[in-house]
Amino acid sequence: MADPVSQASSRWRDLDKLLLRPGNLVGPNFDPGTELRDDLQEYAKVLVVGAGGLGCELLKDLALMGFRNLEVIDMDRIEVSNLNRQFLFRLQDVGKPKAEVAAHRVMERVSGVDIVPHFCRIQDKDLEFYNKFNIIALGLDSIEARSYINDVACSFLEYDAEDNPCEETIKPMVDGGTEGFKGHARVIMPGVTPCFECTIWLFPPQVKFPLCTLAETPRTAAHCIEYAHLIKWDEVHGGKPFDADDPEHMQWVYSEAVKRAELFGIPGVTYSLTQGVVKNIIPAIASTNAIISAACALETLKIATSCSKTLSNYLSYNGLEGLHTKVTEFVRDKDCPVCGPGVLLELDTTTTLQKFIELLEEYPKLHMSKASVTYRGENLYMQAPPVLEEMTRSNLTVPLFDLMGKIPKGIVHISGTATKNDKKTSCTRKLRVLFKVIDGDTDMDTATGS
Amino acid sequence: MIKLFKVKEKQREMSENANGRAPVKKQSAGELRLHKDIGELNLPKTTTISFPNGKDDLMNFEITIRPDEGYYLGGIFVFTFQVSPVYPHEAPKVKCKTKVYHPNIDLEGNVCLNILREDWKPVLNINTIIYGLNHLFTQPNHEDPLNHEAAAVLRDNPKMFESNVRRAMAGGYVGQTFFPRCM
Ligand SMILES: [Zn+2]
Repeated sequence: MADPVSQASSRWRDLDKLLLRPGNLVGPNFDPGTELRDDLQEYAKVLVVGAGGLGCELLKDLALMGFRNLEVIDMDRIEVSNLNRQFLFRLQDVGKPKAEVAAHRVMERVSGVDIVPHFCRIQDKDLEFYNKFNIIALGLDSIEARSYINDVACSFLEYDAEDNPCEETIKPMVDGGTEGFKGHARVIMPGVTPCFECTIWLFPPQVKFPLCTLAETPRTAAHCIEYAHLIKWDEVHGGKPFDADDPEHMQWVYSEAVKRAELFGIPGVTYSLTQGVVKNIIPAIASTNAIISAACALETLKIATSCSKTLSNYLSYNGLEGLHTKVTEFVRDKDCPVCGPGVLLELDTTTTLQKFIELLEEYPKLHMSKASVTYRGENLYMQAPPVLEEMTRSNLTVPLFDLMGKIPKGIVHISGTATKNDKKTSCTRKLRVLFKVIDGDTDMDTATGS
Repeated sequence: MIKLFKVKEKQREMSENANGRAPVKKQSAGELRLHKDIGELNLPKTTTISFPNGKDDLMNFEITIRPDEGYYLGGIFVFTFQVSPVYPHEAPKVKCKTKVYHPNIDLEGNVCLNILREDWKPVLNINTIIYGLNHLFTQPNHEDPLNHEAAAVLRDNPKMFESNVRRAMAGGYVGQTFFPRCM
């Protein structure tokens, strides 16, 4: 029988080799010692987004690595077809929320770890929720969800007057993704490495079949399925929205697709292909998930402890023909509207929106004419179309400071025509607006409610 | 970064009772790009635009086309646009709200326009789509049919197609299908 003390020390034996000894290839400010290991367990809070194929692996890996404060968010329930690779789930779990079961299973097996599950959409949580985590690990399969989390993580980022990111506002993300035998792992340090939006072109747009081909000349099983899903559904159910998560809806589309395929003599329509086409499911392979998650978990550990330099910044893995892995250092888009610093602009609290728009034309870094202005989802002024111009025109005479809720600094986005070297381009720019407080009288202004 | 995490945690504990910041509505990259597209709209004189949810929801809007030539002269056709947060990575979803007798628009409002599906590219914009939709009314195309009957009539008997379009727009039956008046 091993005594508890030696058991405890042997549990972290491998981790200790990374955290207790100095080295030459470590990250900046690496400070080896038992305090580092203890701090990792006590202070590092990691959010795992997604509890599917990647999410199950990530939770397991992070828990075994010594992270103790984990939370997981996922809106899906367990389906039978998940069980081959989402190894935390059992047949009797089918129908239960993935996040809850995954959290429960990992806590059962790994002592000391605390995992809080959230069974909801990522959009249901407010910014405060996301801000309490030190690192966000993503195990997602959609561009939309990644883009959302990226927006959230980048929204905490602040820059100093020299356009350098303030370290304490950087919310690191580790993103994994797989498609069959292929996958990627990347580290996103907003303000330092490219964010998801800087490199959105990495994701090829999904192929959409022409509607007339579906209606007129289907050639493949997928054409028949998309016909049933996009055209026939509306024709028969007029107005009732199709719900891909409702098995009855899916069954209906499947049987219509079969009829269509028979009519045109096309083989190959099956229920699972129907699900695949309609939900745009790419076949998932358990081993690819395991490899990508392992890379992501390791990067998470490296970010937290600096025990090694992090991946810089995009690892692609391809096991399709032989095996290729490659690391690419993508560069930031300095004008990225999501993670870029934006142009710093100092204004008086009395500057009207009209005056502000005029200033943009002369401002050296901008030279933007005909600017439309938006602040936190509120369109302050729109140059076109006439209906919106009319709705926003009355703002022109109001000080921008008032329109922005009298806060000392904020971020606005402008779009219009920029002139650079005599070339006109239409573009969107981010501005960091700073208000000069004159004689410290802004408080009085607010108090009198002028 | 663990030292930083530790500092932040201590700060959080200290400010536990302080008022948390109000949740901030943020704008997705898609919304920002759409903001630019809309702010630079240059509508053809046949077309008007409206925002049923007010000036701050640009992601859902409607356009109205009143063709000034061709078979559909005099008609009024409304299209709804639904724009995704990952626009322009994905094309907007466009549907025709007005029931129309048209070879490239089916009775459910699905529109066969290549740039809405297979030929969509992020460099295209809302203006391009609006011009494309206008084009459908001046140049209905029997080669890419969504409404096969209308396409066959247009191909084989343009005179009859014209009178069918008139009848549908005035409010009436073409074959078994009733079309509400849209003039
Ligand atoms: Zn970016």
